[in-house]
Amino acid sequence: MTRVRRSPQDIAANRARYEEHQKKGLEYAPKALPGTSPLPAPEIAPDKIIHREVIPGGWYWSTHINKHEVFRVSLDSGFSTLSLIAWSAAETSERLNLPDTMKVQWTTVLGKGRVIFSDMGRVMFSVTEDSSGAHDGVVGGSTSGSNAARYGEGTRNTRDNLILLATKAGLDKRDIPPALALFAPVRVDRNGAFAWKPELLHEGDYVELRAEMDMIVGFSNCPHALNPDTVYRPNPVTVTRIAATEPRSGDLCRTATAEAVRGFENNARAAV
Amino acid sequence: MTDFIQTAPGRTLENVAQDHYIPAEAPFSAVIRKSQTIRIEDTYGQQAVDTLFYNAEDFSERYSNQDTMREQGAAYISTGTRIISNEGRVMLTMTADSCGRHDTSAGACSCESNTVRFGHQTRYLHACRDNFVLEVSKHGMSKRDIVPNINFFMNVPIEPSGEMTIVDGISGPGDYVELKAEMDILLVISNCPQINNPCNGFDPTPIRVLVWDSEI
Repeated sequence: MTRVRRSPQDIAANRARYEEHQKKGLEYAPKALPGTSPLPAPEIAPDKIIHREVIPGGWYWSTHINKHEVFRVSLDSGFSTLSLIAWSAAETSERLNLPDTMKVQWTTVLGKGRVIFSDMGRVMFSVTEDSSGAHDGVVGGSTSGSNAARYGEGTRNTRDNLILLATKAGLDKRDIPPALALFAPVRVDRNGAFAWKPELLHEGDYVELRAEMDMIVGFSNCPHALNPDTVYRPNPVTVTRIAATEPRSGDLCRTATAEAVRGFENNARAAV
Repeated sequence: MTDFIQTAPGRTLENVAQDHYIPAEAPFSAVIRKSQTIRIEDTYGQQAVDTLFYNAEDFSERYSNQDTMREQGAAYISTGTRIISNEGRVMLTMTADSCGRHDTSAGACSCESNTVRFGHQTRYLHACRDNFVLEVSKHGMSKRDIVPNINFFMNVPIEPSGEMTIVDGISGPGDYVELKAEMDILLVISNCPQINNPCNGFDPTPIRVLVWDSEI
């Protein structure tokens, strides 16, 4: 029955420190963020485009991305939800971690100015542009079961797509982390129930994710399981890989929150 | 420490199949057979119990927090929640809950995430992810097998604005959850050592795990 009892003084000091972090995370940090990016999305200079992939509805795609290159994910062909997972190219046991991403930034809403963490406390992506703020890190991708319940049998789903792309990358289903669903307007109500908020989306919405390490990234373009549309009709989604540019000093994503600052310190230490 | 709380007429300490005391901050694992009932008891109250489930016959089938939340349409879990695997199957069903608030969005603390949340000075503190790595390694698994878990008795309200914060747990001494296994399960627990947030009142305490056979 031995255990280390913390003294009331230690407990009080830790509580005070937590409450200070909490206040900064919940009250100050959101004020440091710029809101959503304006539409329409600006043109990308042709010489900056490394590759452009149009992922058909129902399908998957995976690719490598190098540090400081950018993915623009854009709804040029109408609404769709694109699920994303990522592994460090150097060490694939390091991977996207949505619980850490949300809890360390004190929010489930991941929009412009936020960052996306690995399970090793390092930043994988910076959200450098985002016109919607309507992404879901809580419920994630569809499965054969969720598709069958909504559309009947025979439609492609994100879980199977992620198994396919992981396996082709030399990984397997044990390596698939929970997915971030881009353009999935999910919110949680006061009772913990999920709500689908299509009013958060706009025509031509886009998001830009700057890679903060070399990664393998997988995408799946299937309807979100909470999308109430009973017809299976995912539109193509365009993913443009853009040439690297060195982040400027004072870069929004690197400075907006204390958590991002510490995350990038972890990236820098790992690079030493 | 509380006395034994009887939740079904037949369930007593005399006919319990397994009775484990898990020290504060420690990892734990056990195999639970299909149709057995697990009780996880928050002996002193306000103690987060980080929990993972694997199919005992095939560890590649394991707990999925996203599938579990989607299938029940809600972010918190309580009585009636079906614990869903990455294969979309029901692993366990929560049959009793004297607390009413458990998290499965926030995952486990780690040395690495602690540095981001609380500062680099917290790196060298014992954390749940380390407990999980040590415990699953006994069963031939590694870090890649560690997925987002359930945090029994941890209070992580998510607001309509998206705000997500860990607040004081509402469990008192002796509060418990009970889960009926729907397949043979490897149960893995980290009795959370976190002292930087209120998940265990900044003062980790022991818990107890009891298992009864199906007929009881």
